[in-house]
Parts: sequence; C-alpha cells; structure tokens
Amino acid sequence: MQEITLTLPMLRDLELTASKTACAIGEHIRMSPDKIDEVRMAVVEACINAFEHSSATAQKVELTFTVLGNASDPKGLQVTVRDRGKGFHPELVEDPNLEAKMRPGSSKRGWGLKIIRGLMDEVDIQSSREGTTVVMRKLW
Amino acid sequence: MSESLKLSLDRRDGLAIVYTDGYINNQGGEEIARVAYELIDEGYKKLLLNLQGTKIVNSIGISILIEIIEKMIEIDGSLAFCYLTPTIHKTFHIMGLAQYAGIHEDEPTAIRALTAEA
Repeated sequence: MQEITLTLPMLRDLELTASKTACAIGEHIRMSPDKIDEVRMAVVEACINAFEHSSATAQKVELTFTVLGNASDPKGLQVTVRDRGKGFHPELVEDPNLEAKMRPGSSKRGWGLKIIRGLMDEVDIQSSREGTTVVMRKLW
Repeated sequence: MSESLKLSLDRRDGLAIVYTDGYINNQGGEEIARVAYELIDEGYKKLLLNLQGTKIVNSIGISILIEIIEKMIEIDGSLAFCYLTPTIHKTFHIMGLAQYAGIHEDEPTAIRALTAEA
C-alpha cells in the first residue's frame, strides 16, 4: 500500500474521517503513536482550513496519503489536502500571536497554519484561483 | 457525522472541574464556554479542564478556550488544564497557551497548583 486517496464532502466533523484514515495508515506503517497523533491533528486542521476558507463551488476536499520510501522500509507519511476553491496567499497570512489575540475584541482564530507547521516536519502550500494544495510530511 | 462533546462537572470548595469526553470542535468549545461562564456567574474563579476524555481538538475549539482564558483573566481568576495528550500539549505550546493557563500532568497536581494560588 503506497497511496490512498479520499474525497470528502465539506460537512461538519468529516475532518475526523480524514484523521482516522491517517491513523490507520500510520499504524500500518508502524509509525509511533505520538507521530500518528500529530499527523492526525495536522490533517484535521488542513481539512478545516479548506472547509472554512476555500469557498469551493465543489464542496469537497481531496486527500492523498502517500507512504514515503517503500512498504517494507517506510521513511514517513505524506498527506496532500486539495480543494478547488478561491485560493489565498500563504505568505500574507499573519503568524498569530497569543498576546495580541488576548486583547479584548481581538479575533482568537487563525491558528490552523501555525499548528500544521508546528506538528509536521515539512509543509508546502501551493495556492491559486483554481484552488489550494497543502502537502504535509511526517518523517521517521 | 456528528461527534458531540460530553461534559461533566465537579464543584468543589473554590474550584470547579470540567471533565470533557470527546472531540473539542467549535460546538464542543462553545459548550465548554457555556458551562465555564455559568460557573463564573456562580462565583468560581478557579477552573480546571480535565481533558482525559479528549483525544483530539481543533483550532476553532481552542480559540473558544482562549476566550474563556481571557474571561478568567478579566475576573482575576485562573484556568488550568490537565491530562492533555502529548499532541494537544504540543499544540498548546505552539500557541503559547502555557503563558496564560496552567498545564498539568494530572488532576491532583493541577488542583494543588490552583489552590496554592491566592
């Protein structure tokens, strides 16, 4: 098993289906439980970002789970989350700061990308008006 | 698919403990906030969120927890967490939550820390 693809409708809590798939694959390639859990959380965040911000006409997210290396000697797990939404400029997303967000009236949201980058070893985001692709890797 | 968060409470002298069971998403976060604000209205200034029953949270749920922390600071109160999974602990660290809320390994440790505060 090198690659699994999954297409999810943008419905509430369906990010958990993606996270369960990440868990199953992680266990299959004998990734440590802590790493699996980090992948799971990053996948949840990537899906939620797509659900909330993509404004995709086709209300679905495509996920691809790829075992890096080979089945007998895996090097890690790559998860690609793709939407066909309006896109955004990742370089313009402000790095959230909790002190600033603790000020009365400040939005407390906006943590998704920071969490993904903090939990995964490599993150690459490509985005245009045709959609956004987030590629995340958790390495051995 | 809906994953409703279940909450239970333990009111003690000067301290209230909220036990979570399930996924803390936006709905779960709002439910925790509803309970927390009720406890604040009852006069509790020390709240402990025991997350032993929670294996996953999302950033929207956490943002609502930040609102609760902000409210606790406003009333000169304290909020603490215990029994975080390693990933939730790491996520809270990424966000800097430890500056504003206690993070403890277990309930007895958390209670000791909260009750030791003035």
